[in-house]
Amino acid sequence: MASLEQLRNCVVEGNVAGAVAETKALLESGMDPMAIINDGLVAGMNIVGPRFKAGEMFVPEVLMSAKALHAGMELVKEKLVDFEMPSEGKVVIGTVKGDLHDIGKNLVAIMLESSGYDVINLGIDIPPEKFAEAVKEHKPQVLGLSALLTTTMLAMKETIDYLKEEGLRDQVKVIIGGAPVTEDFAVEIGADGYAPDGGSAVELVKRLLA
Amino acid sequence: MEKFTFNGQPRLRLLSDEQIKLIHEKALYILETTGVLFESDEALKILKDHGADVDFDRRVAKFKPEMVIDAIKKAPSGIKLYTRDGELAADLSGNKIHFDPVSAPIKILESDGKTVRQSVAQDLANISKVNDALENIALQASACVLYDVPKLIGDCYRVYIMLKNSPKAMITGAFSVHGISYMRDMLAAVVGGYDELREKPRAVFDICPSPPLKWTHISSQNIIDCARYGLPLETVSMPMPGAATPATLAGSIVVHTAETLSGLVLAQVINPGTPVIYGGAPVHFDMRTGTTPLSAIEATMIAAAYAQMGKYYGLPTHTYACLSDSMIIDAQAGLETSMSGIVAQLAGINVISGVGGLEFVSTVSLEKLVIDNEICGMALRLDRGIDITEETLAVELIRELGPGGDYLSTEHTFAWFKKEPYIPSSIIERRDRKNWEADGAKSVFEKAQEKVKDLLANHRPVPLDAERADKLDRVTAKIMDELGIDSMPLGPK
Ligand code: B1M
Repeated sequence: MASLEQLRNCVVEGNVAGAVAETKALLESGMDPMAIINDGLVAGMNIVGPRFKAGEMFVPEVLMSAKALHAGMELVKEKLVDFEMPSEGKVVIGTVKGDLHDIGKNLVAIMLESSGYDVINLGIDIPPEKFAEAVKEHKPQVLGLSALLTTTMLAMKETIDYLKEEGLRDQVKVIIGGAPVTEDFAVEIGADGYAPDGGSAVELVKRLLA
Repeated sequence: MEKFTFNGQPRLRLLSDEQIKLIHEKALYILETTGVLFESDEALKILKDHGADVDFDRRVAKFKPEMVIDAIKKAPSGIKLYTRDGELAADLSGNKIHFDPVSAPIKILESDGKTVRQSVAQDLANISKVNDALENIALQASACVLYDVPKLIGDCYRVYIMLKNSPKAMITGAFSVHGISYMRDMLAAVVGGYDELREKPRAVFDICPSPPLKWTHISSQNIIDCARYGLPLETVSMPMPGAATPATLAGSIVVHTAETLSGLVLAQVINPGTPVIYGGAPVHFDMRTGTTPLSAIEATMIAAAYAQMGKYYGLPTHTYACLSDSMIIDAQAGLETSMSGIVAQLAGINVISGVGGLEFVSTVSLEKLVIDNEICGMALRLDRGIDITEETLAVELIRELGPGGDYLSTEHTFAWFKKEPYIPSSIIERRDRKNWEADGAKSVFEKAQEKVKDLLANHRPVPLDAERADKLDRVTAKIMDELGIDSMPLGPK
């Protein structure tokens, strides 16, 4: 017998096939899709986040858990055509122009995803125009910019200025991060917030969207 | 060094001859079938003109094994580096080792050992000056990022500061497309022209691929510039197991080999004989915290292994070691710095970059630099090995003195007591407890604080004479002009 508890466990263990099978069985048993998502899939991911932060789980395990979560979500979406996917909010994230540091930004994206945000990860070396395009296309509440080089911190300012020029700045909160970035710098370039790591980024986004 | 033999192998061998050949073949296979991405049309065009199979849409170049082998054969097997003032500073060949400070941290740990802040121009001047006095550190390096300098000139200005503060040869690198040309102009102004700089190089330029199997626009351009100008470059491939390379050490070494050889090919087809150092900055990717410790034993093992590959190719080698990921100067800092430093020494790595470094190459400390100088001294002593001659075996003396003999007052002891050991500075505690307590019972860190203070106040590096300083100022002023910058914290006026 499938159960929400088993579904949660599959997410925590990063058991993709298991999460799909459990989700399928629960849908077939007629359970409310919202309950499957909130009390099964997302609840599982809510165990993962704090465990990672406490050093009890490893990055590849978190990634597998996120995969299991998504596989379950996809199935719910497929089965119920007009189902509105619940989301804490949408975040577009990327590393700014000229900067190829990928990993920190990806970790932040994972942390946001595992806290229930819809994350669109644009990748690295993203020019201001591409960020603006993504804001127009995806209409996120939050735009996250990452930079690891002192030289590319300049591109964060360029990106914010470009959003202003395009009349998009008011539609989205901009947060920034990366090793050389500071709170002062965020204020200086007119960002809405700065986070030193993934966990703080989640808290920051929560605060900005509250 | 001979090419394609096992004669140049170091004392520490993690790979057997067969394993070296196997990794070589696998890397060639990757280069031929998967290829490497160059975000530079110029680089792609050059490679294509020299026989690479190039897909301009995907920006990927694939290399036939012959092309790679040819490049390896053309690359010089040794590089001699010279001081600012033209004396031999380092012979990067064979298994000779040299230490230099960590490159490009963004923070400095202040002398209180607790406060961390963004590094500024004066910090690099201080590092250059203190490092000048440290006898076991052969080279200097652009050992921090300058937050009080306009970012456009941030990379080149470090060369200006180093030239002004110490004659030691330098390891540096660019963060910009124009960086190499400007640095070359500064160096040439001081040493007496481009030809002199090419014949007797004063600086090595670090250039990083982006793992896996990618060279950025900036890095591609930096290789092209170094090759055209005949300046030594150091490729710094950064294997990152499980994140940007396979989670296995073996797979990471394959990626490192392929990346490094692809940069070597670009340099050699542009200008055969361009001096290239087979370098890298291996990290361990910590899956619990998402950080990139460079001092994890696995990272150091990758370095020792790829150094064997570099030596198989008969090339000078480099790595990041003799540094720590600790936040402060504590036991972790000491153990990681010594452990990786000694492994790199045993691996015969010609340029060992890292002294003074903390926190995943994000932080540098003057006090740590002074302590690490002692580690380098001991590593260099280990490197010298044990001298075995009739004189050192001292059989005659042993016979003469016989059982119960006193060696302290012999001529032989007088002749050897200074030559044989590495004699550390007072940073390393060797007094007995009574004397140590009488002198304030100071820790190694407290003694390092005192030494840094003393060196900053009293050490006088050989200065750059007025005429050359003036030339450097003028070239730098011209660069500032071109970049639209009007003033810099440490000159030119
Ligand atoms: C939107 O909101 C947010 C909120 C929080 C955010 C955020 C966004 N983004 C990040 N955060 C925060 O949360 C994350 C999770 O906790 C954290 O992310 P981090 O990225 O800080 O942490 C990651 C989880 C792990 N950390 C990392 O991944 C970065 C580690 C270090 C060692 C590093 C790496 C790995 C690399 N590098 Co680069 N690299 C260094 C780094 C030194 C360091 N310790 O930071 C640094 C940043 N690199 C540096 C340099 C110089 C360079 N690198 C370069 C290249 C590379 C590699 C490609 C080899 C590789 C990246 C591989 C990859 N696929 O990402 C070159 C530049 C390439 C380019 N154009 O970007 C090159 C210029 C070297 C060269 N001469 O070619 C130095 C910067 C100096 C400066 N001027 O600022 C450097 C400090 C190392 C050093 N001392 O030399 C937080 O910062």
